[in-house]
Parts: sequence; structure tokens; C-alpha cells
Amino acid sequence: MERGNALDKTVTDVAAAVADIPDGASVMIGGFGGAGSPIELIHALIDRFRATGHPAGLTVINNNAGNGHVGLAALIEAGMVRKLICSFPRSADPVVFTQAYQEGRIELELVPQGTLAERIRAGGAGIPAFYTPSSFGTDLAAGKPVELFEGRSYVRERWLKADFALVKAETADTHGNLTYRAASRNFGPLMCMAAAIAVVQARRVLPAGGIDPEQVITPGIFVQRVVEVARPVQEEDLNRARATYPLEAE
Amino acid sequence: MDKLTDNQIAWRAAQDIADGAYVNLGIGLPEKVAQYQPPGREAVFHTENGILNFGESPASGAEDWDLINAGKKAVTLKPGASFFHHADSFAMVRGGHLDVAILGAYEVAQNGDLANWSTGPKGVPAVGGAMDLVHGAKRVAVITGHVTRDGRPKLLERCTLPLTGVGCVTRVYTSLAVIDVADGRFVLREKLPALSIDALQAVTGARLLTPGPVADLICPEL
Repeated sequence: MERGNALDKTVTDVAAAVADIPDGASVMIGGFGGAGSPIELIHALIDRFRATGHPAGLTVINNNAGNGHVGLAALIEAGMVRKLICSFPRSADPVVFTQAYQEGRIELELVPQGTLAERIRAGGAGIPAFYTPSSFGTDLAAGKPVELFEGRSYVRERWLKADFALVKAETADTHGNLTYRAASRNFGPLMCMAAAIAVVQARRVLPAGGIDPEQVITPGIFVQRVVEVARPVQEEDLNRARATYPLEAE
Repeated sequence: MDKLTDNQIAWRAAQDIADGAYVNLGIGLPEKVAQYQPPGREAVFHTENGILNFGESPASGAEDWDLINAGKKAVTLKPGASFFHHADSFAMVRGGHLDVAILGAYEVAQNGDLANWSTGPKGVPAVGGAMDLVHGAKRVAVITGHVTRDGRPKLLERCTLPLTGVGCVTRVYTSLAVIDVADGRFVLREKLPALSIDALQAVTGARLLTPGPVADLICPEL
């Protein structure tokens, strides 16, 4: 019997992978600094914006706020981001975000890093709220409900979901099962869970069965699109070479 | 006034890390603690971006930028290392699985409140993992100069800067002394031998209690 191909989640190229992200969408972008940053997917989104004027007014969820003039920084520099939800909007070269923030062109929601991760996990797990000790008694807990558990105070935080996630993986199979490389894993597994459409760039895309099930980190049920980017650039390398978007020979 | 170097403060903090401990070191001065593990002991260092048991920086040119610590510096792996995603990483932090977290400080209050993430409303606010790291570890220690660069006390009755956490610090290693936080008060445990308690009190913004013996704080030249 012929099998259907609905489980084949591969798309032809990065442009096709991000072609339907609309104005005003919420977009989770994986990575901690440069590790795990899906530069090719981000640049494909900027390419589309330069060609069509869309998408604009994005809400971006990332741990940081970009570095230099590539990747997330370039997305902000292009004027596509209305709001950023992150934990640490500083970097070696934070000029793009800093200027946009100080000129009031971008809104910032600052979230403690572990709370950010758990909000995203909760979004993916169908848990609308949870209590955490983090930020209790600080400015970042202002206005949030507090409850005592076993004599300690905890702050209620809400889940975080998104329309899209852009994630960098090491190996994918056509079903969207993923492995990651070293510490580039960071937010990838969480963001794939929490986004309606998780778009993954992977260095290698194998047929189903190409990844040992024992080694799968993100099961394919959390992934909607896979695109192969065989030689991905690395944000740190780009910044050390003082590269800017658009990259040469991209 | 004679005082310890940053390396010496880090060395002193390292003496309290037990063999087999799981430890998170904050970015900056706390990172130095890893260099001074006493002979015969092995701690496992956690970095909140997703590695347990990372080691020293690689040689220049040998960096792998997928293998970085929370300060975004390239690191190496030691035998027994592991990778994990951010939700697991902060489960290790808040879930009580770390033995020690060592952080820097702008201010520490006698009730254990810590301010180390914001110097006020100017500039771009950034918190990272600081507010998570002060919760959950069995011991939360601070290493810091005893006073600010312009000589003002960092150990205070109450913090004046925005708080990172409430009542979280259990021990402070400074350039002059080792001080515990106990029942809402600073308890002096060790001080530089040449320094009188009165002289130490004069550069401390809250009362130092001495309910027990005060040991000499002696470090190797570092």
C-alpha cells in the first residue's frame, strides 16, 4: 500500500519556510547568543520584508536582543519588530536594539531567563500558569499574583505561546524529529512545542528512520516544517568578521 | 587598607566547595572560583545556557561557538559532561539540585537581600538568569569587594538598588572578610588578621555580630 506524504515536513528552501508569516505575528526565535541562532531563516524573513514590506509589526521572543548587524539584530534594524520579549537585551555589540529602545521604536518585556524558559515550556505543555520563586519581591514581579507554598512566596507567571518558531537543529528527519549540537539546544525544544508552526533549519535532513529514536531530542509532533541548511553561518563568526545583513554570496 | 585581590577572594570561596558539589558560578568575578578548586576535590560546574561539567576556555582559534557558557565565552567539556535545554537547566537551578550558586553583588543586605542586576532606571534593563539563580541552590554565596570603587559600603542594612532576590544570600566573601547571613543579621566569621573589627565595621553599612570566634582570613599570594 502506498503511504501518504503528509508526514514529509520538508520544504524546498528557507524562503518557502517563512513565506506565510504575517504582519503582527508572534515569532519565537531559538538561540542563546549565537549558539542556536537560525540566521538563515531570519535573513530569509528580512529578504521577504525588503521585497514585499511584509511581515512587519512582529512580536519576537528570544533570550537576547541580537548582536552586531546580523540575525535578530538585523531583523530589528530592518524595523520589523514591534515588541521583544527577552531576558538579556545586552551583547558585545547591542547598538541596534539599544537605539531602537531608547528612541521608543521597540517595546521590551523583560523576563527572568528561567521564567522565560518555563513560560515557553508551559505554553507548549498546555499549562496556562505556574508559580515560581524567581523575581518574588523584585520590580519584575510588580502586579503579579503571589501565593505561599510551604511557607515560601511564589509569583504566578503565565504561559507563552507563539504563531511561529524559528529554530536551528543539527539533524532532522523528514518527520521533524530533531537533534541539536552542543549548547545550541537551549530554547529549541521548548519553542518547537510552544509555536503553532515550528520552522526548523537543520544541517542535515535524513529520511524517516535516519535518526535513532533513542537519540531524538525533539519528537516530530512538535515540528511543522523542516528545511536543510547544510552549511549554516554562526552569529559569533559573522560578528568577528564584522559582517552585516545582507551577507555576501547569500 | 590591605585587602584581598579578586583571585584571593575567589580562592577563599573555592575552599568551601565540597568534593562532588554541583556549582553555578555567575558571570565575571565568580567565574574565577573554578580556577581554585582544592587538590583532591572535583566539582561539577553548571552553566544555565545548558551544560554540566564544562571546563576551561579552549586555545584561541579553537573555539566552538556552539559550546559557550552563560557569559557567551567559549568553553570545553570535561568527561561526564551533558547538554540540556533551558527548562531542564532552570529546573536544576530552582528545583534545589545545585549545591552552591556564587554570584557577584552591587549590594547585600543583612537580611540576605541581594541587588546585582540593575543600577537604576538608566539604560537598557537586562536580568538574564540572576533572579532564578538566587533561588533553589542549597547555598547562595556572594563574592565581592567589601566596598564600591569609590569606597562606599556594599554590605548594608537594606539594599537601595533594585532587588534580585529577597533573603537569598547565606554567605558573603569579600576583600576583607567572610560574613554569614543568619537570622537577618551579618555574622563575622573571618577577617584579615591586620584589620581590627572596629576598622572593618567602619566600612560596613550594617552591624557585624561576633557571637563566636573570628578566624584569621589568610590566603596564598594570587
